[in-house]
Amino acid sequence: MDIEWYLVLSALLFTIGLIGVLVRRNPVVILLCLELMLSAGALAMLAFSRMLGNQDGQVFVLIVLVVAACEVVVGLGLVVAMYRRRLPLDVDEMKELKG
Amino acid sequence: MEQVAFFFGALGALGGAIAVVAVKNPFYSVLALVIHLVFLAGIFLLLMAQFLAAALIVVYAGAVMVLYVFVAAYVGGIEEPKWDSSPELKVIGPILAVALFIAISIAILGSGLSALGTPGPDEVPSGFGTPEAVGHLMMEDFLIAFEAASLLLLIAAVGAIVLAGRRREDPNKLPKGGES
Amino acid sequence: MTATWAWLVLLFPLLGSLTIGLTFRVLPERTAGLVGIAAIVAAFVCGILALIGLQGEPSESRHVASSLWEYAAVGDFKIDLGIYVDPLSIFMVLVVTGVSSLIHIYSFSYMKSDQGYHRFFSYLNFFVFSMLVLVLAGNFIMLVVGWALVGFASYALISYWYRRNTATKAGMKAFVINVIGDIGLYIAAILIFKNLGTVEYGAVFERAHEAFTVNEWEIVAICLCLLVGAFAKSAQMPFHTWLADAMEGPTPVSSLIHAATMVTAGVYLIARCHPLFELAPTAADVAAFVGLATLLIAGTIAIAVTDLKRIIAYSTMSQIGYMFVGVGIGAYSAGMFHLMTHAFFKALLFMAAGSFISAMANMQDIDKMKGFRKAMPFTAAMFIIGALALSGFPGTSGWFSKDEIIDFAHFRGGMYDWMWVGMLIGAFMTAIYSFRIIFRILPGPACKEAEYLEEHGHVIHGEPTNPATGEAEDTEVGYPGEEHHIAEQAGGMKFAMSVLGVLALIGGLVQIPGVDEVITKFLEPTFEHSVFAHMHPTVAESWVGLGEGALISIAGIATAWLLYVKRPDLPARFRERFSVIYKLCVNKWYGDEIVDFLIVGPVKAFGRFCSGVFERGVIGGATAGVAGLTRSAGAAVRDLQTGLLRGYALLMLFGILAIVIYFLIRSI
Repeated sequence: MDIEWYLVLSALLFTIGLIGVLVRRNPVVILLCLELMLSAGALAMLAFSRMLGNQDGQVFVLIVLVVAACEVVVGLGLVVAMYRRRLPLDVDEMKELKG
Repeated sequence: MEQVAFFFGALGALGGAIAVVAVKNPFYSVLALVIHLVFLAGIFLLLMAQFLAAALIVVYAGAVMVLYVFVAAYVGGIEEPKWDSSPELKVIGPILAVALFIAISIAILGSGLSALGTPGPDEVPSGFGTPEAVGHLMMEDFLIAFEAASLLLLIAAVGAIVLAGRRREDPNKLPKGGES
Repeated sequence: MTATWAWLVLLFPLLGSLTIGLTFRVLPERTAGLVGIAAIVAAFVCGILALIGLQGEPSESRHVASSLWEYAAVGDFKIDLGIYVDPLSIFMVLVVTGVSSLIHIYSFSYMKSDQGYHRFFSYLNFFVFSMLVLVLAGNFIMLVVGWALVGFASYALISYWYRRNTATKAGMKAFVINVIGDIGLYIAAILIFKNLGTVEYGAVFERAHEAFTVNEWEIVAICLCLLVGAFAKSAQMPFHTWLADAMEGPTPVSSLIHAATMVTAGVYLIARCHPLFELAPTAADVAAFVGLATLLIAGTIAIAVTDLKRIIAYSTMSQIGYMFVGVGIGAYSAGMFHLMTHAFFKALLFMAAGSFISAMANMQDIDKMKGFRKAMPFTAAMFIIGALALSGFPGTSGWFSKDEIIDFAHFRGGMYDWMWVGMLIGAFMTAIYSFRIIFRILPGPACKEAEYLEEHGHVIHGEPTNPATGEAEDTEVGYPGEEHHIAEQAGGMKFAMSVLGVLALIGGLVQIPGVDEVITKFLEPTFEHSVFAHMHPTVAESWVGLGEGALISIAGIATAWLLYVKRPDLPARFRERFSVIYKLCVNKWYGDEIVDFLIVGPVKAFGRFCSGVFERGVIGGATAGVAGLTRSAGAAVRDLQTGLLRGYALLMLFGILAIVIYFLIRSI
């Protein structure tokens, strides 16, 4: 299978995740969509790693997985904190940063 | 054979991804992501990343998704309200995202990199993508990154506890006789 | 070893100052005073040990340079945190720490009921530390550091009673004038570095002989800049106006800083830099002539004013004028000798004055004092000793030191003969004003304060008022407390005054021409390369000079007796007859007014222009403009901050898309 195919698949997955981030408003779903985008990036990285026959990219992907896990932990912690404070679980409702 | 496997995996991964975005209930979104990750792990195998495929299943589809499931169950299946504060985002967002996809696709397909048109070199170092090889790399060449990642995990764990931990109420506001 | 002792000399006062300053909440007041005294006495002992170490060296190598670490390094130019120990600096160290120890002991009693006891001793120790940095400095940069620290310490101590308006103003005046001197010194240091490529004392003095010819304009400029610093610190014309106002500080401060130590820094500077001044005889002459002018003018003012402390302050100026003449004409050891004896008798005079002022409940006007002879016999005796030494009465310390300078001027002859005449007139006036004080406050019927003291055995309670303005004093921080202490009843004061009294009386015996000449021999290694090293009047000539001095001094005292005891109406008649001269003198030759008119006025006008036109128009306009610009720009982009998370994501996507498309187009 040519590398191109993998890359296009990766771009497609990335786009789907991106649309999800832009369209959905539930923070849990947005976090899931971020996972999608990250895994799409991991796929592209693995494809290039295979193309070059170099395993450094795999280590990179592993680190990306770790960072993604961290992000999930903090993100979900935020969601739980929001829920505890009876805040609406809707990212559009959180606009204290408005100038 | 490889083509069949790829298309099978790609279809499953895409289907899972679309389901994540499209399904209303976040609980089902999580389950859809699990499906997506399983198929993605298969594609990883095609790219000779056995260790990462296993890690994706065990860590991601296993541990992280369990976390998601718990949180989704905890906060309940909240339906998004019908009213949208910025309806134009629903239109512009996908259009721009598709534009980005097209641009990247043009970049990939029109690339001068001839290697993109091949399935990659036939001869790869022995043990490519095995836990042993990745472990060697991580402990030898990328030790600092590895340690930094471990530190990051620790910080994230502490941060999550601080964020989500039950706040101790102000002692003055405690009900009478209550002990903190 | 010598260097170690010298570093310890510096360490103790600093430690003392920090200890007292930082522990004022926990340390009992008396303990703080004792710590202060112990620090200075320890420094004095270390100074003596350093002296012993130094005397153990052969005379050619009797100087030690030591560096703790590198203070600053710019390229290959390095400044060490270094000290330079030679007979001259050790001499100064001993004078400073010795007199300071006594003054600390005096203050221990004198300031007893002051609210800021800790603060006072902390400042006082800090001053001694600064002064020691100044005299021990091993290069011109350290000298500048010490010079500036001393200026600050002086400011802090003059303004010590900070609720007294006149005191804070006097402090500022002293500080500003001192800073002008500092700037002169900086410029001199920069010029020295520019011409010689080093600022270390030893190297500078060695290279100066090769780098400059005599009276080359650059060396003259360096010396004149040094002199600006020296004049400002030592209150010589035209920078003299701050010293009289500095009397707003507590009396021990006047005694220590504004009589015995700090104001003599200028004399030390010229003596230290004598290799430079000998290459620029013009500048040395300037120093001598300014000293002469100051000693004459200050002498006339001292005869006219009636504030006890101010009379002594003008006398200080006048005596420092003698020292400037001394080091200016090449009589270095005589100048330093006079510095030492002056420290003894002037500190003593101030201490006795402080005692009188306490008895008067803070009144300083000698018109109101009378008949203290019986009420305060000890203070009176000490004051008489001080005045005798000051006026150069035969046998006292001042007689030996002052007449050595006067004699050297006559010995050099030529135009210096005029200086000789001037200084003799000055000496005559010195005797008059010193005994004017004595004849007016000691004999005669007792004034009510003296009478009260005699009858009740303690000081009259008066509402303290500011001697300058007559306003009621704030006894919390405005005056040495509610109680006043006089030497007769305070052990510390009595001890310090007795020691100084003995020194003022017999301190001159170390330098009897033809007999011992300890000071000259001791300082010889420092001045051995000087062109004046082996020029001095013969023993016989010296004794002739001493004889003249004795005559002048006795004549002056007799004149004072005539004017203030025998014919008390004469001064008033003089005043009427020569009212112009009297007004000139009593108004301090309008020094303040001249400085106000020439410098302060234009600077103020410039300041008003800056604040009114420049500040409001240019700077104000510019800042308002920048602020307005920022505000409107902020308002313009403010709406972009919707707070909508997805909106931000969209914008980010937009940006990424733009970048991707840019690279796509570029790659075609």
